Amino acid sequence: MAEEPESSLRDLPTAETFRQPPEVLKKPPLPLVAIAAVIGAAVILPLVYLLIRATESGPHFLNILFRPSTLLVLWNSILLTVLVTISASIIGLLLAWLTVRTDLPGRSFWAVATCLPLVLPSYVGAFALIGAIGPRGMLQTLLAPLGVEQLPSLYGLPGAWLALTLFSFPYVSLSVRAGLRGLDPSLEEAARSLGRSPRQIFREITWPHIKPSIQAGGLLVALYTLSDFGAVSMLQYNSFTRAIFVQYRTSIDRSGPAVLALMLVVLTLAILWIEYRSRGSAKLYRAGVGASRPSARVRLGWKKIPALIFCSTVLILGMILPISVIIFWLWQGWSAGESLWRGWGMVWNSAQASLWAAGVTVLAALPVAWLAVRYPSRRARVIERAAYAGHALPSIMIALALVFWAARYAPVLYQSFVLLIFAYMCRFLPEALGSIRTSLQQLSPRYEEAARNLGHHPASVWRTITIPLLRPGILTGFALVFMTTMKELPVTLLLSPTGFDTLATRIWSATEDALFPQAAAPALVLVALSAIFIGVILRQEEEDVYE
Amino acid sequence: MISTLRSTLCGKSSRWLLRSGLVLVALAGLIATSAMKRPGGKLVVYCGRGEELIHPLVAKFQASTGIDVQVRYGGTAELAATILEEGRNSPADVFFAQDAGALGALNRHGRLALLPAELTDRVPGLYRSPDNSWLGVSGRARVVVYNTNRLREGNLPEDIFGFTDPIWKGRIGWAPENGSFQSFVTALRIREGDARTLEWLKGIKANAPRVYAKNSAIVAAVAAGEIDAGFVNHYYLFTARKTRPNLAAANYYFPGEASGNLMNVAGVGLLKTSRQPDAALAFIQFLLSEEAQTYFARETAEYPVVEGVELPEELQTIRSSASPDIDLNLLNDLDGTLELIHRAGIL
Repeated sequence: MAEEPESSLRDLPTAETFRQPPEVLKKPPLPLVAIAAVIGAAVILPLVYLLIRATESGPHFLNILFRPSTLLVLWNSILLTVLVTISASIIGLLLAWLTVRTDLPGRSFWAVATCLPLVLPSYVGAFALIGAIGPRGMLQTLLAPLGVEQLPSLYGLPGAWLALTLFSFPYVSLSVRAGLRGLDPSLEEAARSLGRSPRQIFREITWPHIKPSIQAGGLLVALYTLSDFGAVSMLQYNSFTRAIFVQYRTSIDRSGPAVLALMLVVLTLAILWIEYRSRGSAKLYRAGVGASRPSARVRLGWKKIPALIFCSTVLILGMILPISVIIFWLWQGWSAGESLWRGWGMVWNSAQASLWAAGVTVLAALPVAWLAVRYPSRRARVIERAAYAGHALPSIMIALALVFWAARYAPVLYQSFVLLIFAYMCRFLPEALGSIRTSLQQLSPRYEEAARNLGHHPASVWRTITIPLLRPGILTGFALVFMTTMKELPVTLLLSPTGFDTLATRIWSATEDALFPQAAAPALVLVALSAIFIGVILRQEEEDVYE
Repeated sequence: MISTLRSTLCGKSSRWLLRSGLVLVALAGLIATSAMKRPGGKLVVYCGRGEELIHPLVAKFQASTGIDVQVRYGGTAELAATILEEGRNSPADVFFAQDAGALGALNRHGRLALLPAELTDRVPGLYRSPDNSWLGVSGRARVVVYNTNRLREGNLPEDIFGFTDPIWKGRIGWAPENGSFQSFVTALRIREGDARTLEWLKGIKANAPRVYAKNSAIVAAVAAGEIDAGFVNHYYLFTARKTRPNLAAANYYFPGEASGNLMNVAGVGLLKTSRQPDAALAFIQFLLSEEAQTYFARETAEYPVVEGVELPEELQTIRSSASPDIDLNLLNDLDGTLELIHRAGIL
């Protein structure tokens, strides 16, 4: 076996291991490994069960797979993902460049304002778009005196594309902004002094440097588009998530949705793989000595005007319009004397589910992160990868698999609060893991060792050193999970106990009945809560930077 | 000692795998045993109809019989599929479905017990399964709801095929995901055959109908003038009128025995796996009582299935017009219908 000598070599101390804290060489305590393994296995349970359930139907599996309607759904999903990724990347790239590298007036304002669409859950944004520029929306009402009977249909691809682009481009702009800021201007200056034209400089220097960040942002957009359920459902675009849900609701035969969900997972994995393969291996950090400084800004001149128009259009469509439509509806319903508020019950339910989900997810992330950072080994990597599965598994698929599993093997858990929280945990574990892992990496084990040497019990070391120092990561992870759980729709729809009304399900059912004013109040509350939590997260990150 | 134990425990990754596997199995076992426990003594009803509508009835039943009822609400097809998925473990005693198709499907899978004649005799043969495995408790008619400002009854076609005419392009709405729409398509298949039905589906699709998730949204859209006409169940108009009496919409029923007319039922079946069939039968009997039947007629504007229950005036017109004689038990081939709908490229 070719592996053998390598593994014996690995036991020898190398330069790498000497640089690492000595604890790396220790074996991890068994309970830690067991707990982390159970968490990792639990997270991939939905995937495993879905696989069993989908292939169980035998030849019928192939029938469903090659049904023209299935292939159409596949095509729809790919088309939408490609279109949204391209358009969101272009918008995000332009915005990032304008706010980092030009003398655009109000740069920092635009940088913050154009990230605001992130607080809108896609289904809230979608129903606001329908109300505003739908075939008989507010715009049509305004244009009616001019003889406009009906606007071109927003439903289907155009609407889904517009909505998902508008609510996902911040992923690209945030990522590219970071990439542009990290780019050392001396490289471009050197290229210029060597006689390169601006176009050549862009192609040879700037582009290779920002490409990874575009790619990272684009990947997030693509995954967001594939897993989005709310916007495609409301805009009636038959991509995977919608087709799965509709078939689940209407068909007695459950192999159909199971097979579709499995195909969605395969498509998601394919995208991850393509992205992974196209990642370059070039080293893009600066090797020179000395501090880097901000680059000179491009003077826009008269182009400031189209640039400003572009930024404001994005802001208006992505944020101002949806919020004003919601407020307009609220006012309309209120003046018609409708009862618009079903009490605080749904807010409380939302908060309760989100608190539990965030708490449980953070608790589950701790041992996995601890094992991965403090005792890196092959098995730790396997566990960690498993725990990251939620990233690749769209929530409708997790929900569906758990519905199947619970209906057959654990009727007690079916539609129980416990299963709901478990599903959230599967889906959002990566978010908590990411932030906790990062702060754990920054925390030197020396502090803990020092405390141990001074005679402290391990538990007291945890209490007095580790947890307080990990606090920023834990808080960020908690806030992230809390917020995404609050917005989460398909898991809540499929798994919540009967009568468990949350903000998300309330908005959903009101829009299903086309009662838009009824959806307005919960939507505003949801957006406000999201905004608060994003604020918390951003502040936390700023503090991290300054500390 | 402890260190040897530790080294054996942590020795090889295969052992480690084995061990974490054991922990998992133990966990699964724990869940499975807890799952075996059923909610004891409670009558469990899986209900495909809305909670707002059914809850008052259940409360009345509980008050008058003292039987504890636990209801799980959900979509009709969703719950039928859940019962199939749960298999013999299903905690459900009674399945209360929104349409006959789902009951027929459960029956086809052999999941329904036969109902005693004293119950089935009270329901006309048209509204129950011929083998007495389920019975209808309230009737609902398929109709076309239209905007009264834009259309008169005379503008509407003679039968459902009339809507494939290009003059209806962009003017109609439907809810192809909806269970009662799908039952209606199944009825059409029985009457006209698969080829004609597929033709109809494609014809309507070519007229670019607006798609809605629910019947109630179609009625609202018709009243608002967003579309001119839509395919719905009759009672949505009446429920919408409760809050907005002057709605600019009316129901239209095709004349005579035209294709497109259908009287479907919401009905109940007793599950073979029920642990308390007596309580379940008491519940079914209650649904046929005058009290419950009057509730359906008044509150949900549905047709009572038991003779002699007073019918509100607004419901009388449709009842009197003829309904094609379709065996509701034949509506059970939902999967065949869905296949057809998929083939037409609709869902």
